[in-house]
Amino acid sequence: MLEIRWHGRGGQGVVTSSQLLSQAAIIEGKYAIHIPEFGPERRGAPVRSYTRIDDEEIEIRYGVLNPDIVVVIDPTLINYSDMIVEGLKDDGLIVINHHSGDIPDVFRRYRVFTVDAYRISLDTLGRPIYNTSMLGALVGATKIVSLDSVYTAMSSRFGGEILEMNIEAVRRGAKEVKRLA
Amino acid sequence: MSVTIRQVRTGLNGDEAVAYAVLHADVDVISAYPITPQTIIVERLSEFVHNGELDAEFIPVESEHSALSAALGASLAGARVFTATASQGLALMYEVLYITSSLRAPVVMAIGNRAFSAPINIHCSHDDAYAARDAGWIQFFAETVQEAYDLTIIAYRVSEDERVLLPSIVNLDGFILTHSVEPLHIFRDSKDVSEFLPQRRPVNPIDPDNPITYGPLALQNYYMEIKRQQAEAIYSSKKVINEVFEEYGEFSGRDYSPVKSLYTEDADTVFILLGSTAGTMRYMVKKWRREGRKVGVVSLTLYRPFPEEELIESVGDAENIIVMDRSFSYGSPGGQLYMDVAATFMKRGLNPHLVNVIYGLGGRDFTPEDAEKALEMASKTDVDIVWIGVRGDNYG
Repeated sequence: MLEIRWHGRGGQGVVTSSQLLSQAAIIEGKYAIHIPEFGPERRGAPVRSYTRIDDEEIEIRYGVLNPDIVVVIDPTLINYSDMIVEGLKDDGLIVINHHSGDIPDVFRRYRVFTVDAYRISLDTLGRPIYNTSMLGALVGATKIVSLDSVYTAMSSRFGGEILEMNIEAVRRGAKEVKRLA
Repeated sequence: MSVTIRQVRTGLNGDEAVAYAVLHADVDVISAYPITPQTIIVERLSEFVHNGELDAEFIPVESEHSALSAALGASLAGARVFTATASQGLALMYEVLYITSSLRAPVVMAIGNRAFSAPINIHCSHDDAYAARDAGWIQFFAETVQEAYDLTIIAYRVSEDERVLLPSIVNLDGFILTHSVEPLHIFRDSKDVSEFLPQRRPVNPIDPDNPITYGPLALQNYYMEIKRQQAEAIYSSKKVINEVFEEYGEFSGRDYSPVKSLYTEDADTVFILLGSTAGTMRYMVKKWRREGRKVGVVSLTLYRPFPEEELIESVGDAENIIVMDRSFSYGSPGGQLYMDVAATFMKRGLNPHLVNVIYGLGGRDFTPEDAEKALEMASKTDVDIVWIGVRGDNYG
């Protein structure tokens, strides 16, 4: 079973990313669960959500304690490095919204992928909403689902121009994500 | 398994699944007030009605008291009706709960189980379900998003059966199910479902051409007989519930029963619980079995009428029973489910070692570590109530 923890802030679409990923996995015939961990529903407050993906039915319902992958949607959360790596498996992977390469030392124990989701979201959406570019980055870095499945999941949720813009954000996130040397 | 109706595999959260079940049940009237974590149900249903997918009257009321009152009125007029609520909303509709069951109106209501205030909390406790336990409603508990969908359709068949005519509640854990996306199978449309759930045939509906009276005064002369009949009605609904479970199994390919048990045959310790934590407990029980520990688990899909015989049968000869309550009955001998289980055993002269575990209040996570702590309690004879996952002193 693959376990993913998403970190972001209220209003950034953290829950939407996790939902879309689980829906994409379900489209591929896999079992997946998206579990939200809402704090207070406040814009700007740190929030988490979880995704589990497996080939077999998933029974457990508690939050992800030892993730294989952590996705950091909000660039300012990089400063809370203890929270980001908490429980992360030794061979774990971190995907961060980040552009300078200046990351906390503790992250270097893991495989780190970065993407400048700020720039991608401004280019594609005209607003700093990072969730779809970070979903693209996760899929680009790990190939846990295909981009086509992500697009199918998105088309059941968005339509028209919003869908086109977000598909472009996912496509660019997947293309531009880089393993940090 | 016989031939089942074609279904679609999709990914939905629990609220969306309930909304689809209501769509597929082809209801006539929806009367509801939005409250977290049930809001998505009402939002989706208002979209279905607005888009013309569902030909129903959507009544946007100003409170939960009105939501259930309007649902009750429509139900007495012969409509198939739906409402949904949670926590404080259920508290606000409290007086109408009793009236709905006493007037034998087959209303179906979903509860996105949520803790009562204070302090304000939007996450899962079973306070609201337990608050309705004495109100004469049939109550189902879903463990998964799939079950939330199926039990909503099942609830209509049971409630509207002429031998039952009682309202039903479908409980689904707030956020853990209401907001979690899971894979499930749903029917294609209401036409497909109509074979299992045909149009409602109301008994004695309100009709201006044939006036009848609902809700008159009944004092010392009749009140007690009416209550006696009501008590009989909910006890005898179990037979119908079992029939409907069986028929739905043939129709959908998914089997339902009042209780679900795993590894209880030779168990010395059995956990009993309600709702979504059952999956985590089954996972733990499989782990304990691999370690050679004889533990089993029983979860209740049917909570009211309380499935006494099925529970006794599935628990078997276990010496230790650990009853898990996601709520507490303050000042009582224990949590609400614990008291039900204790009475069920005592009235049959059975006396297993009973421990009450209080867990997960206000959405606090229940992890494998917590399950291990709960199992440790089985061997302690000086403990009756233990709060798991709480800071500080956790006994009593």
